[in-house]
Amino acid sequence: MSKTIYVVDGARTPFLKAQKGPGPFAASDLATQAGRALLLRQPFAPSDLDEVILGCAAPSPDETNIGRMVALRLGCGKKVPGWTVMRNCASGMQAIDSAIANIQSGRSELVLAGGVDALSRAPLLYSDAMVRWFAGMMSLRTVNQKIAHFLKLRPAMLLTPVIGLMKGLTDPVVGLLMGQTAENLAWRFGIDRQQMDEFSVRSHQRALAARQAGHFDANVGANVGANFGEIVPLVDGNGKVYAEDDGVRADASMAGMAKLKPFFDKKYGNVTAANSSQITDGAAWVLLASEEAVRKWNLKPLGKIVDSQWSGLEPEQMGLGPVHASTPILQRHGLGLADIDYWELNEAFAAQVLGCQAAWQDEAYCREQLGLPGVFGRIDDERLNVDGGAVAIGHPVGASGARIVLHLLHVLRRNRARRGIATICIGGGLGGAMLLETCAEAGDAA
Amino acid sequence: MQRDAVMEQLTGAKMKHWQLIKENSGIAVAVLDKAEESANSLSAEVLAEFGQILDQLDVYPPKGLIVRSGKAAGFIAGADIGEFSQLDTQEKGRALVDRGWTLFNRLAAVKYPTLALVRGHCLGGGLELALACRYLLAVDESGTKMGLPEVMLGIFPGWGGMLRLPERVGPSAALDMMLTGRTVDGKKAKKLGLADDCVPPRVMEMAARQLLLSGQPRRPLPLMQRLLNGPLKAVVANGARKQVAKKARPEHYPAPYAIIDLWAKHNGNALAAPEVVDRIISSPTARNLVRVFHLQERLKGFGKDANFRAKHVHVIGAGVMGGDIAAWCALRGLTVTLQDQTVERIAPAIARASKLFNRRLRDPLKARLAFDRLIPDPQGEGVRHADVVIEAIFENVEAKHALFRSLEPKLKPGAVLATNTSSLRLEDLRVALQQPERLVGIHFFNPVAMMPLVEVVEAEGCNAGAVQAACAFVKQIDKLPLPVKSAPGFLVNAVLAPYMLAAMRAVDEGLTPETVDEAMLAFGMPMGPIELVDTVGLDIAMAAGKQLAGGAEPPKCLLARVEKNQLGKKTGQGFYDWSSGRAKKGAPGAVPAGLSEKLAKPLVDRVHRLVANGVVADADLADAGVIFGTGFAPFTGGPLHRGKG
Repeated sequence: MSKTIYVVDGARTPFLKAQKGPGPFAASDLATQAGRALLLRQPFAPSDLDEVILGCAAPSPDETNIGRMVALRLGCGKKVPGWTVMRNCASGMQAIDSAIANIQSGRSELVLAGGVDALSRAPLLYSDAMVRWFAGMMSLRTVNQKIAHFLKLRPAMLLTPVIGLMKGLTDPVVGLLMGQTAENLAWRFGIDRQQMDEFSVRSHQRALAARQAGHFDANVGANVGANFGEIVPLVDGNGKVYAEDDGVRADASMAGMAKLKPFFDKKYGNVTAANSSQITDGAAWVLLASEEAVRKWNLKPLGKIVDSQWSGLEPEQMGLGPVHASTPILQRHGLGLADIDYWELNEAFAAQVLGCQAAWQDEAYCREQLGLPGVFGRIDDERLNVDGGAVAIGHPVGASGARIVLHLLHVLRRNRARRGIATICIGGGLGGAMLLETCAEAGDAA
Repeated sequence: MQRDAVMEQLTGAKMKHWQLIKENSGIAVAVLDKAEESANSLSAEVLAEFGQILDQLDVYPPKGLIVRSGKAAGFIAGADIGEFSQLDTQEKGRALVDRGWTLFNRLAAVKYPTLALVRGHCLGGGLELALACRYLLAVDESGTKMGLPEVMLGIFPGWGGMLRLPERVGPSAALDMMLTGRTVDGKKAKKLGLADDCVPPRVMEMAARQLLLSGQPRRPLPLMQRLLNGPLKAVVANGARKQVAKKARPEHYPAPYAIIDLWAKHNGNALAAPEVVDRIISSPTARNLVRVFHLQERLKGFGKDANFRAKHVHVIGAGVMGGDIAAWCALRGLTVTLQDQTVERIAPAIARASKLFNRRLRDPLKARLAFDRLIPDPQGEGVRHADVVIEAIFENVEAKHALFRSLEPKLKPGAVLATNTSSLRLEDLRVALQQPERLVGIHFFNPVAMMPLVEVVEAEGCNAGAVQAACAFVKQIDKLPLPVKSAPGFLVNAVLAPYMLAAMRAVDEGLTPETVDEAMLAFGMPMGPIELVDTVGLDIAMAAGKQLAGGAEPPKCLLARVEKNQLGKKTGQGFYDWSSGRAKKGAPGAVPAGLSEKLAKPLVDRVHRLVANGVVADADLADAGVIFGTGFAPFTGGPLHRGKG
């Protein structure tokens, strides 16, 4: 890439686990509350942004072009364009990549990019049969006709809505639930329930430890003075404060994990609700700037995005997307897995992360699928998802890609490390990856 | 041809305020654009010219007539209040009523269809004119407000409002509007049947012409409403009198009772009861309420000339005052950052704000935008973006010093730095600043959303531009700025303290709180002084007493309750039991003769002293401040004006 792309700052909402019924915030509420706090701590005004790009996999029907909607709600003013991107689970990462492209081309200097989803508010839809019944009713004129038509209504049509969320989490081409694609990986690489559950318990433990260390807060621990808090607490209209990712469990244990039944391949599978990422509501933003914008506003960037990559693979194996996206980046830069200081690999499923590790260690897979001469290696567990992942924190689909980019920069900064990769699997058979670097201490940006 | 020539000649006739446009379609449009005024009002001259227009249209009747405003700001604000103050004889009063009554009856009787295109405020005489048209078309905008607020000036809607509004919307809704002065927006007006339609501005021109020529009959009142406006009038009137009696005593406020009588007995024709006209128009209440109106206009004038407009307000301290100030500013369209130590401390203020937005804005999209504008800001990031910074933390000099020291380097140049302190001296607070002259007081009253007055406090040597900007800001958020000099209690608290003290002494002397309160309610206060102490909080009253009573012993009744931690409404028990959320009062005893004067005297004396000391610039402003800051009986014209009579 020719121009340097800086990440100036970023913020996200706590990820709120979907409870019974719609959550307290709509997607645009989440993006607005996180975004306004992020913009408030900048030296420039919201109207100084060149554009706002928001990734969202499932905006509600009254959130058409949610990117523009949120830009206006953030007080950016009528002149700042806002738009929406959709690359399913990587919508937030796509927003960042679209911002990069526009900064590279010189169209923009300063961009707010991120992702959001409020999965708890995914709609229930009428079935096709019901829609046809309504359409039929609309075309009738006389009362008698209408009565006759009314009698054709079957309660089953009315009472069995299509669950929008399940549609969203089903591959539209091969028809598999995302969890079933994870079962595919487990089957292929021989990953068992025990391994999945162990991984999941550790994800919770790590997330909890990071919270206790204050890694998500402003002005705490490593963030003192820097004002780089990752999580912006939410406040609803009843004055209730939502300050933390509420799916993280202090009581996560193997015994607890063992109680759950397989959800996707009922009875016989291994993937359960507990070793999958949680259905959550949340938003995450990063602020991207060109060199000129950094200088103009005297910004102190968190780091830079050096490269990005999108790759495709079989939809049935979509969980291996990170392997397919990260490998070319590493090759382009002459790096191996061990040259990366820290990794954020979004945990769609425990089996999915374990599957990625297995694929890189599988000679046949490396040769046949990745075009490598042999086994590529393994990511050191101590450098992978060090503060937990989506299994513990949750996976508000559109937001996750932006969350892992933002969080990885915090991890690198905190550990005085240099290089990291944030990578994500994408329903439909895609992978996305971004290579990040921190700024050198002395005036790299300035 | 000849007809056009005559029309041209007629319309060419010199008119100062109106323009009559004849469209090719045969529709005539009368546009009111009152000369040398920013808003339209119905002066004698304006009405006379409208009479000329009707004359012209009698000669060659148009296909229809549209009446509209040529002002950006509103349709018609009402009668010309300046003229009202000049009614020194009974004849003049009756002539004023007759002028509009007759003209609007004439308008109502013309053969061609007529339509009032109402965009913006349409009040008093303006609405009476619109009611006399066959159709009323409201434009759906936030500024569109229709009402008959005459009662607030102590008079009645004598130009046909009392006749036509009940015919249009039924007597219950009409009496509610006429007796409270409450206004309705376009949508509500349509729902009530007051407006025939309510349309967005983009189609108002087409809608006006279509509706005008539609021949569409008026929607008839439902049968029940017709009965209530006919044979059952007396029943409705009795009910209305009882309702009014709960709010206003006839000896203080005769107008609402007159409105009920004129509607019930004379079908809204005030000229049928000239003695009522004489009595009301010459009543001191009417004169004093008009005076209060003018005082209000004078307060609105402060800060008018300052070239200052705030976009972002930063409030520090999310307690009751700070939180409610922040919410009010967000409601009024400003971006607001609200700072306190933690988000948890800010959250209750956000909850109150959310309720306020939903109640006041109704439209959920507008309420959501207001909610978005109010940003919890525990880190104080908003300071460097803010045009106005208001400190509303607890009353402690050292804490405020520390805060000011940390704030000052972050302030934008030209930003207003203000304190909402009510008990500390600005002179003591500003010593922490590099530029002490920039600190002003912007003193709100509780509850912020209800209290119209805000004291803008100037200490000796204060930057005049800062004071002006503070006044402009207060005006911008639709409050009434009252400039006062820095002195303990400023104006409002300084006059309330000796008044509440006197009331509590009366309790010490053996009167029940109910009796003391009744004395002042009969005097015309909106709330009794003992209930006021309960509302303010007994601890606050104690502290204020120490500061403002010049070292006098606190009343025993106050001490005893404070010792038992019975602090008033907030603890559920003070002088009264507040466990139900309202003061539980027993029946008052017999009020001793002269009690109310005895209790009011310390207040009035204090106002005199504050004017003499220059805390407030003149007696009129003092009256204005005490009326809008304490609710002091408006019908008296204010504590000092009352003494003059």
